[in-house]
Amino acid sequence: MSAAPQKVKAGAEKIDVTVSAVVQLNELVTRFEFKRRDGKRFPTFSAGAHTVVYMNDGGTQRLNPYSLMSDPADTETYAISVRRDDQGRGGSLFMHNNVKVGDKMEITYPVNLFSLDLRAKKHVFLAGGIGITPFMAMIAQLERSNGHWELHYSVRTKALGTYVDQLTTTHPNKVNIYYDDQSQTIDLGKLLDGQPLGTKVYVCGPKGMIEWVHKSAAAAGWPDTSIHSEEFTAPQPGKAFEVRLCKSNKTITVGENESLLEAMEREGVDAPFLCRGGACGQCETDVIKSDGEFIHRDHWLEPEEQGKKIMPCVSRFIGNSLEIDR
Amino acid sequence: MTIQFNTETFRDDYSFKNSDWAIQRFPFPFHEDSYMYSVNMEQHRGGPKGSVYEKRFDVDEHYLSEMKDRALVLADDPLRCQSLPHMTLAGWDLLELIMVSKSEDYPDLFELHRDGDTWRWINKPMGIDDTFTFLDETSLPYGPMEYITRQAQGDFCVLDQRDDNLWMDAGMVTTQADWSLDFDIGMNFFEWHAPVPLAHEKGIFKRALKFLLNIPQGAPARRLNWTMTVNPLLDTSPENYHKWGIQKTTLTPENIGAKQHLRVELQSFFRLPRSNALVFPIRCYLIAFQDIVKSPKWGRRLHRVIRDLPEELATYKGFIDNRPMMLDYLSKYDDGLPTSPGVFPENETEPPLQK
Repeated sequence: MSAAPQKVKAGAEKIDVTVSAVVQLNELVTRFEFKRRDGKRFPTFSAGAHTVVYMNDGGTQRLNPYSLMSDPADTETYAISVRRDDQGRGGSLFMHNNVKVGDKMEITYPVNLFSLDLRAKKHVFLAGGIGITPFMAMIAQLERSNGHWELHYSVRTKALGTYVDQLTTTHPNKVNIYYDDQSQTIDLGKLLDGQPLGTKVYVCGPKGMIEWVHKSAAAAGWPDTSIHSEEFTAPQPGKAFEVRLCKSNKTITVGENESLLEAMEREGVDAPFLCRGGACGQCETDVIKSDGEFIHRDHWLEPEEQGKKIMPCVSRFIGNSLEIDR
Repeated sequence: MTIQFNTETFRDDYSFKNSDWAIQRFPFPFHEDSYMYSVNMEQHRGGPKGSVYEKRFDVDEHYLSEMKDRALVLADDPLRCQSLPHMTLAGWDLLELIMVSKSEDYPDLFELHRDGDTWRWINKPMGIDDTFTFLDETSLPYGPMEYITRQAQGDFCVLDQRDDNLWMDAGMVTTQADWSLDFDIGMNFFEWHAPVPLAHEKGIFKRALKFLLNIPQGAPARRLNWTMTVNPLLDTSPENYHKWGIQKTTLTPENIGAKQHLRVELQSFFRLPRSNALVFPIRCYLIAFQDIVKSPKWGRRLHRVIRDLPEELATYKGFIDNRPMMLDYLSKYDDGLPTSPGVFPENETEPPLQK
């Protein structure tokens, strides 16, 4: 049917915001707070949701996803915490070096790919480094409904322990901190062994940590559906490559510091997307022809689909020629 | 806009009827002269003025009578409304969505006044004026989902999202096309769609699920679905099949124009903010054949669609036995002229019936 056809826009709905606070938390992490420009309230969100921040970096548009870490019930302010990545393509560096209080920006409506399982009798949170951010919102949401939770949070050093003081002061009996430089590690075996039936485990942190938790839990007999994880892959830089866009009838070059998705957007091609982190599946694109090697960085495609399809938000290509259905 | 609410029934004497206004705005589901399943989704962000697509939750002349019918169904069978324990938060989300939408879209009929967590809800057509505490179940006469869906037309399925699937974990279902919430409760998307023919083979459900899992907050979607119902029955449930199924045999060439109804569901999908659940309102619209054929385009097209529909679909939709009689009736309204594309009747420009 087509009752009142409307062109489906790429990405989630956007909200115009002003940066209302920039708070440096430590050497690497800074919190950015946003207020709406139209004076309305933000939508309530479900803990674990992220927003995509639009950045205008000297003419280059960058769109990076960040977990919302403010209290989901706070509709006056949204907050994200950004870790500076000196090796990345520049999104986090732009946030750290250029974004100031009073700046006008655009962010998307919240999108949740890491939500609480509301059936859980107990929620166990495992955070590594900047992976703490979604748990800040989850803790706020569960505190409001008297939820049963505990946090195990691994940080490099005391100085780099983002929100450690706040968490240990507010919830001294539920928060456990582990310092790498003091050789403290989460005793996962013991932790998994002692949980009541109906416990759900959530892990957010480096790739290695997520794999470790999934593997350890499987070995201890946990169903994988009881282990929830979120790993956003930031698009990585790579060698420039050329791609033919069949539907748009264009051949474009993807630069070293942009993703295939960003290159299409630069060329005015309206490509679908949502998370821009290889997790949601929205930008999935069919490969028509290829002669070369794919660098799949997404968490979406099944192994047998890789090469027949590509996720332009994070994945790249090296080789002679690539044609995709976009 | 003031709506004149009908006094009518969807049972016993079946006094249900559509005014000329309701016929004109009926959501005719066929945009071309044939029909096959597709993932026919579009964004639900308004539509032509006065159409059923314009508002987030359409309110029409049948509102009060439909709410009365719902109350009767629930009195007989309370299991038509169920909410598993983890779905209460989603129920509050739904209550908020409907109250905010209706008070903004129909300010002359509904009012919502919020002072922190103290909310006052005024539903003028139903004569309700309640003050309650948001997120406090003890401050309402029913759970939040039941409270608000006793005041909103259409069925509501509230789907939990987890493990890359959707789960039928709560709902208010009293105007359904022969399916049962009590049977489907707790099932996932593939389980509750298992009986649908042909669509699985076409990969429709896999693609539809991917789409639904990704519906973001602030960007609702909609689609239409349809079937056939003899007599204007809202409650065509498996639980009551022994009461309404037999009515399909009462159709005669003389009464078919009045008795046979096209049943159209306007299905919409909204992401709920706090719970990350998905609500799936299924709004049922009924129209008698004799009212459809008042629009020449609709008469021509309905004949062609019903004539060419694959046998599996006519069987699944429950009218295979009556199809010959339907075609006898509808063929009188098909002169073979071409029809214009799109679902709207175009009565000003479409040629009148040439026979």
